[in-house]
Amino acid sequence: MTTATFTGKAEQPTRGAQASYLTAEGFTLRSWLLTKDHKRIAILYTISITLFFFVGGAAATLIRFNLVTPPGLFQPDTYNRLFTMHGIVMVWFFLIPSIPTTMGNFLIPLMIGAKDLAFPRLNLLSWYLFVIAGVLGLVAIFAGGVDTGWTFYTPFSTMYSNGYVVLALAAVFVSGFSSILTGLNFIVSIHRLRAPGLTWYRLPVFCWSNYATALILVLATPILAITLALVAVERLLKVGIFDPALGGDPLLFQHLFWFYSHPAVYIMILPGFGVISEIVPCFARKPLFGYKFVVWSSIAIAGIGFFVWAHHMFVAGISLYAGLVFSLLSYIIAVPSAIKVFNWTATLHKGWISFDAPMLYALGFIGLFTIGGLTGLFVANLAFDVHATDTYFVVAHFHYIMVGGMVSAYFGGLHYWWPKITGRLYPEWWARIAAILIFFGFNLTFFPQFILGYLGMQRRYASYPPEFQIWNVLSSAGASILAVGYALPLFYLGWSLWRGKKAGPNPWAATGLEWRTPSPPPPHNFDVTPTVTRPPYQYRPDPEPQDV
Amino acid sequence: MSEAPLDQVHLEPQYATARQQAETAALGMWVFLATEVLFFGGMLFAYTYLRATFPEGFAEAARETHVVIGTINTVVLLTSSFTMAWAVHAAEHDRRRATALLLAATALLGLLFLGLKGLEYYKEWQEGVVPGLNFHKDGPNAHVAAMFYYLYFMLTGVHGVHVTIGIGLVALMAVRAWRGGFSARYFTPVEVTGLYWHFVDLVWIFLYPLIYLAGRSGP
Amino acid sequence: MRGADAGLGRPPRALVLTWLALLGLVALTLGLAYVPLGRMGIVVALAIAAVKAGLVVTLFMKLFRGPVLARVAAGAGLFWLAILFSLAATDYLARNDAATGNFSLPTGREGSR
Repeated sequence: MTTATFTGKAEQPTRGAQASYLTAEGFTLRSWLLTKDHKRIAILYTISITLFFFVGGAAATLIRFNLVTPPGLFQPDTYNRLFTMHGIVMVWFFLIPSIPTTMGNFLIPLMIGAKDLAFPRLNLLSWYLFVIAGVLGLVAIFAGGVDTGWTFYTPFSTMYSNGYVVLALAAVFVSGFSSILTGLNFIVSIHRLRAPGLTWYRLPVFCWSNYATALILVLATPILAITLALVAVERLLKVGIFDPALGGDPLLFQHLFWFYSHPAVYIMILPGFGVISEIVPCFARKPLFGYKFVVWSSIAIAGIGFFVWAHHMFVAGISLYAGLVFSLLSYIIAVPSAIKVFNWTATLHKGWISFDAPMLYALGFIGLFTIGGLTGLFVANLAFDVHATDTYFVVAHFHYIMVGGMVSAYFGGLHYWWPKITGRLYPEWWARIAAILIFFGFNLTFFPQFILGYLGMQRRYASYPPEFQIWNVLSSAGASILAVGYALPLFYLGWSLWRGKKAGPNPWAATGLEWRTPSPPPPHNFDVTPTVTRPPYQYRPDPEPQDV
Repeated sequence: MSEAPLDQVHLEPQYATARQQAETAALGMWVFLATEVLFFGGMLFAYTYLRATFPEGFAEAARETHVVIGTINTVVLLTSSFTMAWAVHAAEHDRRRATALLLAATALLGLLFLGLKGLEYYKEWQEGVVPGLNFHKDGPNAHVAAMFYYLYFMLTGVHGVHVTIGIGLVALMAVRAWRGGFSARYFTPVEVTGLYWHFVDLVWIFLYPLIYLAGRSGP
Repeated sequence: MRGADAGLGRPPRALVLTWLALLGLVALTLGLAYVPLGRMGIVVALAIAAVKAGLVVTLFMKLFRGPVLARVAAGAGLFWLAILFSLAATDYLARNDAATGNFSLPTGREGSR
């Protein structure tokens, strides 16, 4: 065991020849594909979701190309397939797995001082299911695509759509089981494998928020799976319970779908909260303000997130009274989200702030998430929602949370833990440039969409009235900046794998068990199971417990 | 769980003790079963809503299900749960041969359940109540009957898949037990498989009244 | 190692009694299904099912002898299912409403309002 010091100059263990997880099992493909090491599985996941991020990004690029001119460049049918592909890939093959399966898989055992997750084989199975799902999804896309939108609304998806709907449904169905297994593993591991002395209130917020995410994964995903199975059978056999022509109820589908998919938007943000709660104290050199409020607000979001789903259906024909109930409940969920923002801000207050790339992403996250969250209150309001439903206002709102929030957090976390994962430092200046490009590109892309939506531009149409063109051109210009920002890390992070400076165990002088083991960590993480004696984020008065 | 010291042979590196590992495995299965509750719950919700909307149509359709086969199957599955619980008890008390035999009996009862279920499906095919493929009902409530039978086939079909997986797992455990793989010091796999098997039984306990007993007492 | 190969042995009394109780409840629920109880029929049937489930969970799965967390997990599954049923009911129970002109499926009962 090494003892990290404040200056970050802790040295690798003297037996420097000790193999890391990257080398210990050998370099063969087989050693990677059959690995049970949570860290290697995290790498497998990272490679897979990076691929999907760029597939979904390519679709987004084409969407923004199309919208540069009012009549649109593509046929409406092609455009429908593009935004569907963008939605399905980004939601189920990037955002939902993004932080949990990569950083979560890599870091949770390290952070809780365990040698692995509770069920390593299940973890590998989860990746294989993800790959099968991904292949099914890609086949559906390249065979001709799907035009239902990521929501698969019936009866369009069951009766009228002429895309490869069943294949896409199968892809999402299988990916659901991948998510469930990941969630199950996290819940059980965090309960049962914590190191001695690591009480719940000494647990890093990253673990808490992944725990909250895992609750949603385990309790909501099965509803999606069975609902999509019902849709698939209804489409194949033309019998079922969702199509009014058969006597069924399309709102029944929407209730079931959003019972999963609204909590799922918290799957797509809670892990981001966890990452930000790690980065902000480290780069402000202060303990996280209101630790208990931050962790309980995560749990509250996971819980309350299940009580608000029908706010997606205000204009779909649900009862007015249900609309009132769900509108009210939707306001409540803003409270725990706001608590988090206040706590991060208070952590910054009087901090010794340094603006390294992870911190730039974190600060960007706080601003963008706040905008996304506040506009969420607008659309939770029944009267305003009648005006804004299915407009670009909604599109901008959820992109501020999912892209401005979650993707920023993903990149922030990736930079923050890059030295731990790879053992190399990334080039700081390039990383700062990318972070700033992403922030400005993002705002230029999506802020105009709030205005477009407010002015009444509907989403999911290939063409639009000419008076909206100026805002669309601005948005597309922003998207091109964003594309450069997202492509940059691919190059400089790739470069750093071979040429980056060697990172010590703790280059950020951060607290947390993951920094008390070499970078990259040995196969079983810790030679001696660590003992924890104090709460997390003790950056003041002295940064790292020396009493280990 | 007995308090006998557990075998260390099967201990994986992430666990400190065999007991921690055993309890974690059981907890993992319980969390999975929570998932399964919601997996079936989606369909049960659809059933509830449609039955509340079309009470007469549902009663009419449910009255024609094969209550004799359904009841026999209920007894078969409950009995298989009994043999399963007995198998776990035997494993706990180191009766290895008994464990293997009881597990085999459980798997056979599962097969019997599937056989009877197949017979029922066959009869329903002949009666023409398979929506989408072979459905010949008319009358004002025919579309409701179609929805009832759609849910019937989805619910029992998904349940049947679970039974099939369960039979595979139980049979595997029976083989392992026969070969002397378990003892009072190591029987977690039997216990966890048992939890899964009992869950499959639990689902059927609710499906039985919803499918076979609805509308029996006349309109 | 007592009786490692001593045949099946005798089943524990608790398990046998549970099994017999379950079979008795099957007979009871089957019989009651043919008694015209009106709307109470489904309530009675589900109550009996719940008792059966309780027996299986308690005596076969030994939920209440295991760790507390297992109970929490099982309870969470049921609780979350209850959320789905109860909150969706706010829609379905208030759906066919003359005041808002909000009607969904033609059930033939709209005219009676």
